[in-house]
Amino acid sequence: MELFDIQVITGNLPEFWRGLWVTLELTGLALLFGFVVAIPLAVMRLSKNPLVSMPVAAYTYFFRGTPMLVQLLLVYYGASQWQWMRDAWEAQHPLWSWFREPFFCALLTFGLNTCAYTVEILAGSMRNTPHGELEAAKAMGMSRLQSLRRIVIPAALRRMIPAYSNEVILMLQGSAIASAVTLVDLTGAARNVYSRHFAPFEAFAFAGLIYLVLTFVLVGLFKLAEHRWLAHLAPRKAQKAKEAQ
Amino acid sequence: MKRQVLLCLMLALSTGASFAKDWNEIRMASEGAYPPFNVTAADGSMRGFDIDIGNALCEELKAKCIWVKQEWDGMIPALISRKFDAIIASMSITDERKAKVDFTDRYYASPLALIAKKGSPLRPDVASLKGKKIGVQRGTVSDNYATKYWEGKGLEIVRYAKQDEAYLDLKSGRMDAAFADYLEAYGGFLSKPEGEGYDVAGERLFGKTAEEKAVIGEGIGIAVRKRDKELTDSLNKALAAIRANGKYEEIRKKYFPMDIYGN
Repeated sequence: MELFDIQVITGNLPEFWRGLWVTLELTGLALLFGFVVAIPLAVMRLSKNPLVSMPVAAYTYFFRGTPMLVQLLLVYYGASQWQWMRDAWEAQHPLWSWFREPFFCALLTFGLNTCAYTVEILAGSMRNTPHGELEAAKAMGMSRLQSLRRIVIPAALRRMIPAYSNEVILMLQGSAIASAVTLVDLTGAARNVYSRHFAPFEAFAFAGLIYLVLTFVLVGLFKLAEHRWLAHLAPRKAQKAKEAQ
Repeated sequence: MKRQVLLCLMLALSTGASFAKDWNEIRMASEGAYPPFNVTAADGSMRGFDIDIGNALCEELKAKCIWVKQEWDGMIPALISRKFDAIIASMSITDERKAKVDFTDRYYASPLALIAKKGSPLRPDVASLKGKKIGVQRGTVSDNYATKYWEGKGLEIVRYAKQDEAYLDLKSGRMDAAFADYLEAYGGFLSKPEGEGYDVAGERLFGKTAEEKAVIGEGIGIAVRKRDKELTDSLNKALAAIRANGKYEEIRKKYFPMDIYGN
């Protein structure tokens, strides 16, 4: 057996390429959904009214307390177990028919999962708002809603960038489990290639390399974002000392 | 004292190793998710036609069978990397696989079949399957056949890691049909309560041309590493012996009402 058969990769580039798109679509859309929905939920999470905060806490507790693979199998195979769901598919019900599609099942699971983590990251960041800023907002005559919108949320969003970048990278890599429900994402493509050529090393090494490049790009983008929005928290630069001379 | 114990231990280990070379112990791998050939019982052990045949062969060879459960996807690489010595997991003998491993003579033969709702007008050809979703188990002969003759011709081939999952989605209505080994479909789905209302759609495929036959394979065999020629030989001899002494037929009757060897 050859040490490394490059043809296993070059001969299947279109499949890897299509898989890469599925991975990017899934991760991107799930993150977008998770981020947008997380903002109101984080505000609810910090509410003093337990009727408002408890349901959100229960939601994040469930999604952070169970493996994403279990959640995905629950949505994909769980949904199809009930006869009423199958009947709805048969009748092409506009809402339930979505659950027939593996892409939708994966997107829903990933979106809810990353949303749960984002809620906790954002809520934690909001809890760390300096008291002085809140007092200043109050002194300026801002209402609670105004201070949330103008002070607390924007500042919390900035402070959460480093923690959120980890969540984004974990989401990208977590999306590899989409292949468990027949989706041919990057990992699914590697699995197909692997079983066709019995060449696990080539197939998975190449998929791993692409994930590595994607992660590298994400880390770079978040570096830029931190530079742009977190500059006020960065350590003092040597330049200052030079100016003082 | 300590040194003596150590010496005894080393001696015991070294003799153990030399026994293994004489195949007093054969590590057999199966998947445990391909009923009725190999299934995982409630206690985690594997049962089924493959397992019974494997045990009969070990008995014939006066060897001990050690069963290893292995995911289908990684079967051949794991055999090559010596995780076990033989695969008896309803694996079709194909040219592609023969490039990597050796096979014993076949221990049964099975055509491919399309499984769909009873009375379905579908047939296993491109024209009939246009616009349909067909589920196969990834890396199986049915996958190879569907990929070679149907892929990109207006139907969608959906690949599953396990055969059971394809039936699950067939029943739920996600798939229009499953394409699988006929005997597996018979024993694992059609003859069971879950498979009620489902049947073979159209004709069974044995392979009409030489090219098709090469894809479908020359039957189901036991895969062995290429270097272990003497194990392949002894398994072949044992196979012939259990065919001759009636043991094979005894096992076959436990699972199937019809001949499956393909005389």
